[in-house]
Amino acid sequence: MSAAVIADRAEVAPLLSVQGLTKHFPARNGRIIHAVEDVSFDVRRGSTVGLVGESGSGKTTAGRAILRLVEPTAGKALYDGVDLFSLSAREMRSYRQKLQIVFQDPFSSLNPRMRIAAIIGEALDARGFARGKRRADRVAELLTLVGLSPDHASRYPHEFSGGQRQRIGIARALAVEPEFVVADEPVSALDVSVQAQVLNLLGELQKRLGLTLLFIAHDLSVVEYLCDDVVVMYLGRVMERGPSRLLYAAPRHPYTKALLATAPVPDPTRRRTYVALHGDIPSPIDPPSGCVFRTRCPQAIAACAGIIPPLDDIGGGHHVACIRHNEKTI
Amino acid sequence: MAVISVPLQAEPNMLSRLMRRPTAAVGIAVLMIIVLAAILAPVIAPYAPTKLSIASRLHPPSLDHLFGTDDLGRDILTRMLYAARTSLTVGFAVVIFASIIGVVLGLTSGFFRTLDAPVSRLIDAMMAFPDILLAIALVAALGATAVNVVVALGVVYAPRLARVVRASTLVIRELPYVEAARALGVPTPVILVRHVLRNVTSPLLVQGTFIFANAILAEAGLSFLGVGISPDIPTWGTMIATGRQYMDQAGWIMMFPGAAIVVTVLSLQLVGDGLRDLLDPRLAKDI
Repeated sequence: MSAAVIADRAEVAPLLSVQGLTKHFPARNGRIIHAVEDVSFDVRRGSTVGLVGESGSGKTTAGRAILRLVEPTAGKALYDGVDLFSLSAREMRSYRQKLQIVFQDPFSSLNPRMRIAAIIGEALDARGFARGKRRADRVAELLTLVGLSPDHASRYPHEFSGGQRQRIGIARALAVEPEFVVADEPVSALDVSVQAQVLNLLGELQKRLGLTLLFIAHDLSVVEYLCDDVVVMYLGRVMERGPSRLLYAAPRHPYTKALLATAPVPDPTRRRTYVALHGDIPSPIDPPSGCVFRTRCPQAIAACAGIIPPLDDIGGGHHVACIRHNEKTI
Repeated sequence: MAVISVPLQAEPNMLSRLMRRPTAAVGIAVLMIIVLAAILAPVIAPYAPTKLSIASRLHPPSLDHLFGTDDLGRDILTRMLYAARTSLTVGFAVVIFASIIGVVLGLTSGFFRTLDAPVSRLIDAMMAFPDILLAIALVAALGATAVNVVVALGVVYAPRLARVVRASTLVIRELPYVEAARALGVPTPVILVRHVLRNVTSPLLVQGTFIFANAILAEAGLSFLGVGISPDIPTWGTMIATGRQYMDQAGWIMMFPGAAIVVTVLSLQLVGDGLRDLLDPRLAKDI
């Protein structure tokens, strides 16, 4: 990413602006699961934003809430200036073609009883065009676009490998010619050898079709390769976000540092300081007071329990939610 | 996030895989013979089903009457063949009728959270009645005709199917392909039929086979008790009921129809077991 792009950042209105997104699920005994809490970030048109966190960080729920696949509890999602959360179910239906999703699990994301032509055709029907020959042509075209053969249209999902199924899932999402695609851990269920192929495909399609991507991942190393900006989530909250160049070079939040430390580095001469995180992610039913990360944070102090750290702008679009981010020692 | 196991893959060659299981193959073969015999009853039956012959009443099995004759001199084998038509038709109609009710109740309670509690309680209430008593009460209220027997037994067995459908629907509702359809803006009724119903057919088929067997048994029970199909239509149940009075002198009158019930129900159970094993990934041995 060039410096010019960074300079432009503030002037161009983002395609999607998520503001204060919150999702609570009801739990037993009238308690509440705080899956996503006050999450805000922007996605510029044509860019890729990585949404990163461990299992239970709320990243998937956030992605689904933006598409209203789960109904958000509070917040806004301004898409081209229109708040998606304020739309009625009917109004949302017309927006659905602009926003699509690619799922994590390539096995359960395709109906096992439908042929590939029917799976992709369902998407074409939703778009409301193409019948008969034109429809078959369009299916063939989409299959070719994702690197499969048009002959595959008459087969069932179980005849394909995980990577091929993921390509079919991508073809389905692209069938409605979306502008914005949420990719929910699209490669984490695939073999390592296939992961790169699918990532390359996504990157290539993004350039070719001018897509805007929200890439959800639990692994910062996958995101580094693909994303312009990164949002790091923990227990439903944003810990740190910013342009990947800044965030990878100088992570400021202890959680981001720990995540980076656990990511494998493909260069044996380069070592990252190992930061061990102990214990599991706490229950989102009863999150820690103040900073939610403090129970596992190696740098936590007493004051961390007292206040919810605000997302401070530390320059260049880089934000961090840690009350100690100014201290040199951290 | 854990990878969700995929329930029940589409099986284009299910019948051939089922036939590879010896017990299921025997069940299917026997069932086919019974169905064929029922269809061909007018051709293969040695006598007319209503032909009375007082002179030859209570004849034991002989070359003239392979399975003997009843108290009115009617040929048991002939009547058994015709009775098979009634029993199989009633059994099948019960499965269809119960499936329609069960699918509607199961899909709505499984898919729509707000409807789950009321519909599930309705299902529980229906299941709280003893099967045969509820059927007797319904037939008594509606009148003893073949159609009413089907309706009564359909109502009795529908809750079981509804539970099976609801359980599968609860799982399928959360699967990404349903979410994908919602993300595409596919209308909910279409999602229910195209994505949910289509994927509950396997457990439905298994349960339907068992209900087929139970319905044949229950129909025979109702006919035996005299609250089923009218006695002049031959069914295995009515034949046993008439034979009961002559149990000491002419045991064959109830023995052969009884055997027919046992064989039919057993074969259906074997097929059902085979299907269940084939479709249940936890029990599958040959994946």
